[in-house]
Amino acid sequence: MLLRPTLEQYDVRFATTDAALGRQRNISQVEVLPDCNKDQPFRSMLCALAALRIVLRHRPDTVLSTGAAPGLMCIIAGRLTGAKTMWIDSVANGEELSMCGKLSRRLAHVCLTQWEHLAAQPRVDYRGAVL
Amino acid sequence: MQLGFDRLIEAMDSLAQDFDEEVIAQTGKGNYQPRNMTARDAIAPGEFETLVQRCILVVSHAGIGSVLTAQRFGKPIVLMPRRATLGEHRNDHQLATARKLDGRSGIEIAMDESELAAAIGRGLDGKDIVAGVSPSVRELHRSIANFIETGRL
Repeated sequence: MLLRPTLEQYDVRFATTDAALGRQRNISQVEVLPDCNKDQPFRSMLCALAALRIVLRHRPDTVLSTGAAPGLMCIIAGRLTGAKTMWIDSVANGEELSMCGKLSRRLAHVCLTQWEHLAAQPRVDYRGAVL
Repeated sequence: MQLGFDRLIEAMDSLAQDFDEEVIAQTGKGNYQPRNMTARDAIAPGEFETLVQRCILVVSHAGIGSVLTAQRFGKPIVLMPRRATLGEHRNDHQLATARKLDGRSGIEIAMDESELAAAIGRGLDGKDIVAGVSPSVRELHRSIANFIETGRL
């Protein structure tokens, strides 16, 4: 949500696992997909299908994720449809990249960390932070 | 609910005697019973945001969630890290967080309770709040816009 001012200069759609969050922030047309994690194979599959459905509906030029497994699913769906994809690892991960962040180094075009010292590893960049 | 952080609660309680302002504490599972501030085990996220919006300063453990909430409402925040050796957390990542955030606009660090009063003083002075958006925030927004437009960082 902290990125909203920049994102809203473009034709943007938000996707979340929490529909209430969209209403709370006054975002119309928010897309909702089921939450999942690596220990929930069935939910993960549902989430992947939902991500694909959302991406196919909107055919975005860019898919940007700010974290977690459902975001990574959207990145993968974006790759399948030829979108540019960017992962932004949460500022809460100051010790190491999140697990999805690590996967995103291979799956997304760009993987950003919000901590300068974590950008020392391959395929991870630092370009500022929400703080 | 989070582990308690009696070291911070007790230090704040003793400072609260001399404040003219109301002090509201979210104590978690601590044992210490505050005498000079309004103490509650847990505060729901929505109410927590309302309180931050109303307050003049936030004092917190060194958690990123608290920092983001304080910054969203433009409030100065004082951070005191939990220590694993004192049983306050599983590991010492809050020490690392505190060191890394030291020097940022609107963030004051108290490495332990002896530094708390001074850190609160600096926070209330507000000299460390840089007007406008910090350079790292600007850089992130610019990089994202650039990626959307050109596909490059």
